[in-house]
Amino acid sequence: MSTATTTSTQPAPAPSRRVGPLALALRQGRLEVRQFLRSRESVVFTMLFPVVMILIFASIFRGELGGGVRFTQYFVTGMIATGLMTVGFQSLAIQIPIERDRGVLKRYRGTPMPRWVYFAGKVIMVAVIGVAETALLLAVAAGLFDLTLPQTADRWLTLGWVSVLGITACTLCGIAFSSVARSGRSASAVATPVALVLQFISGVFFVFTELPDWMQQVAAVFPLKWMCQGLRSVFLPEAFAAQEPAGSFELGRVALVLAIWCVVGLALCLTTFRWTTRRDG
Amino acid sequence: MADQVAISVRGLRKAYGGTPAVDGLDLTVFRGEIFALLGPNGAGKTTTVEILEGYRRRDAGEVSVLGVDPDQADARWRCRVGIVLQSTGEFDELTVAEVVHHFAGFYPDPDDPDKVLERVGLAGKAKARTHTLSGGQRRRLDVALGIIGRPELLFLDEPTTGFDPEARREFWGLIRHLAAAGTTIVLTTHYLDEAEALADRVGVIARGRLIEVATPAQLGNREEALATVSWRTPDGSVERVESATPTALVAELAARYDGEVPGLTVTRPTLEDIYLRMIGHR
Repeated sequence: MSTATTTSTQPAPAPSRRVGPLALALRQGRLEVRQFLRSRESVVFTMLFPVVMILIFASIFRGELGGGVRFTQYFVTGMIATGLMTVGFQSLAIQIPIERDRGVLKRYRGTPMPRWVYFAGKVIMVAVIGVAETALLLAVAAGLFDLTLPQTADRWLTLGWVSVLGITACTLCGIAFSSVARSGRSASAVATPVALVLQFISGVFFVFTELPDWMQQVAAVFPLKWMCQGLRSVFLPEAFAAQEPAGSFELGRVALVLAIWCVVGLALCLTTFRWTTRRDG
Repeated sequence: MADQVAISVRGLRKAYGGTPAVDGLDLTVFRGEIFALLGPNGAGKTTTVEILEGYRRRDAGEVSVLGVDPDQADARWRCRVGIVLQSTGEFDELTVAEVVHHFAGFYPDPDDPDKVLERVGLAGKAKARTHTLSGGQRRRLDVALGIIGRPELLFLDEPTTGFDPEARREFWGLIRHLAAAGTTIVLTTHYLDEAEALADRVGVIARGRLIEVATPAQLGNREEALATVSWRTPDGSVERVESATPTALVAELAARYDGEVPGLTVTRPTLEDIYLRMIGHR
């Protein structure tokens, strides 16, 4: 006959034994990386795709861009950017709907795991795979096709921030885009064309300035074009800035556009993310 | 004694696109009991359970689960509630042990993952990738993940679907073991023998309402239901009589046949007969 509430009769879980938030995120990240590496398709298509592409491109275009600069030096920027987009945008936009369909997300929701930990796990996975894939790409290009790696700390720094900002924007957009597909089965069909079109219009496969003007304008709305442009400032000589559409590499604008996409992606993630399928109500 | 109540539901309503799925449902589940929810597909079982689990929002009604409104579910509440959903996602590329260890990390005071695997009968599969498991084994993994946090209250939505008879017996043992340790258990099932074997009380849901709650033996006044006495008459046909006093009838028959009554059977309606009558399939 006590008037005590139900909860007071249950001792609160001892917080001391709870795994800290950082450790939770790292555990989740480790789990995601492990899952990724064990899935042969994702390793082959995500990790090796840029390497295969640079092998093809560097073998086809053996010539020079001018001024003693090889085509490889140009295309490697597109391959890095497209690799980062594949692991950030495409893999998440495909993987998350599949997990949602299978009920993996619903299962997580039934545990005390904070929601953000799920996203942190994905971000860690994307970062680890992105770094590994880019390193592999640079090693292959430098080893087989005489790619000249950045010579100054300045350029490495630019490579770093353009990559980080770019992959962040792609990751957030990938998570946001994962709510577009109705089912896991349609996810690949929904995400792949978006990525493919962006690659064509953003100067990954062609020299950007040789594309029609309107196409350049469209591409300038999306992050990939700016990632490529930022990376060109790392791998091409200073003189090539004159050949850019604006006559310079516009690093300030690169940072601005990518940052805007980060904000837009984050806002979409927070407002539209679904943990259950539509039929789950 | 509010302390004794694990789940309290009053006037629960939920409609999908104007069609009511749950339509004024009342339910009380006491601490420490095994409560089975029976009902045909589409009766509102899963909707009800998923509202109690905090997955769906109700349209109307009062709901309290372990003293908390599931709409306000926080991590602390989630630590106290174990959930085995009807269909749940697998982690194809991970091993059974990896998944269970990972989920143990979400809880402040988890059970020992290896012991849990042993209890659900998956110890031998600890190193197997989850995609290699059979349907029944996957279900055991679901149960392992449901109990890894040592919940006070465990929801099981059709837990033994896909089990062979032996696995179901083992599973029942596990549930009894959890209940004996004080875990409150709410399970939905299609199997009436499962409800009869496990449940302290059974609730029957039909058309979005709880139409009866009773012990399995008392459901639908089963104890008082007329017994059917049947025997073979000398001309070879089978005589069937419903009787409130079957013992007297059998004694009379024994006298009539001067000893053994040919083909004598005395039966009361099975839980299934009662249940089908209640949900209007008879």
